Amino acid sequence: MASTRPHFFLIYLLPLWLLSALAAAEERYREVEISAPYIELQTGPGRAFPAIHAVGRGERVEILKRRTDWFKLRTHKGVEGWVHLDQLSENLDHQGEPLHLDAPRMDDFSRRRWEAGLLGGYFEGAALLSAYGGFSLSQNLSAELAFSHALGNVSSQLMADINLVAQPFPEWRISPFFTIGTGIIHTRPRSTLVQSEDRTDQTANVGLGARLYLGRRFMLRGEYKNRLVFTSRDDNEEYSEWKLGIAFFF
Amino acid sequence: MEIRYRFLLLKHRPIRRSVGFWLLMALLPWQSLSAAGGMENGREPVILPDLDRREIVEPEIDTEDFEISLFAGVLSIEDFGTNPVYGARLDYHLSEDFFLQADAGYSRASKTSYELLSGSAQLLTDDERDFTYYNFSLGYNLLPGEVFIGKGRAFNSHLYLIGGVGNVTFAGDDHFSTNLGLGYRFLFTDAFALHLDVRDHLFNSDLLGEDKTTHNIELSAGLSLFF
Repeated sequence: MASTRPHFFLIYLLPLWLLSALAAAEERYREVEISAPYIELQTGPGRAFPAIHAVGRGERVEILKRRTDWFKLRTHKGVEGWVHLDQLSENLDHQGEPLHLDAPRMDDFSRRRWEAGLLGGYFEGAALLSAYGGFSLSQNLSAELAFSHALGNVSSQLMADINLVAQPFPEWRISPFFTIGTGIIHTRPRSTLVQSEDRTDQTANVGLGARLYLGRRFMLRGEYKNRLVFTSRDDNEEYSEWKLGIAFFF
Repeated sequence: MEIRYRFLLLKHRPIRRSVGFWLLMALLPWQSLSAAGGMENGREPVILPDLDRREIVEPEIDTEDFEISLFAGVLSIEDFGTNPVYGARLDYHLSEDFFLQADAGYSRASKTSYELLSGSAQLLTDDERDFTYYNFSLGYNLLPGEVFIGKGRAFNSHLYLIGGVGNVTFAGDDHFSTNLGLGYRFLFTDAFALHLDVRDHLFNSDLLGEDKTTHNIELSAGLSLFF
């Protein structure tokens, strides 16, 4: 009898809970009053999709969802379709004020809260892949968590780091930064070349780089790092790495 | 109240007494002033402040730029046969044209024809037959459009090109890899889609003696959810 309980939960309660969650999510949408002569609703979120309906001045529509720069609208007659940000932002909200739709600009880049990105580069001649996420503590200072994978001919290294990043000029389009951090490095020697054990060491790194704001919520990011590995042997190792990639912010 | 004031004023210790006294002296006039100000000497104020505040809490617009999918298919591991492959992908749609993708997959190599013919010779141990990969890729929606099923149903679809870099762990080693592919996205609804993908994972391997670029072609089908 006890073994049927999880099944009961999965079959009956989970769908009920999901349905109620969905129902709760469908309560209110933002309203727009069309103040342009008309807007056209398209069948899909892209410029190629055909227009199926025109909404005239004075009509009210609800914004159901957004995908990239496209908004899905519903008229009071229940017709649904997609419209581009440029066309929608010319209209008024339900209180007759200009719409403030989120179209990120340079200011938002300077005041970003979260950022994440993917980078590629070189780590002592080996290919390097890296992913990171960061949180801004202030306009000038952010904390980042980064994972990197270096793929060399002799060995591969997995690295995890916590970094503190300082940017003295957040309002610049090309904004330089300095970084300092610590983490671990796990080295896996290539099985076909050398008979050696995997090892994990602590590392510390310093670096400098720059972010270039590309537009909307995207930026180019490049950086150089000098990494010190505290090995269990007599000598510490020093590596240099550089990487370049794309990042986005929220 | 009175008991408390008496306590403050009549307590014998001089410091307490003076603190309580000055506290009362400081508070009482302000209380009477603010009471008088509210009433404006018993008359209604001439100008009423506009307290009819507007509702400023706007419902958030649900943004669906992320897409998560699970897929299954077959992967042809060069020299090691064609095997089932499973994996997951996470897409971030940058615009209607471009998207970023992080994906990971798992397969398991079967035996080479040499291993099968020789009978007992093993090129790889059991653990070394695991084939795992991950990629960071950029995709481009090539042919957006609608497909029609029956008379009255239209579905949105895209053909997309995708390419990127990543890692393949096979035969106990990590290999830098590149991938190139073509995919088809069929949207049942705005948030739910079917994917059909052909992807080539390329990496250099010296497993069979000479160093060569191996092509590992994957055919897969997946289901995705936008969120």
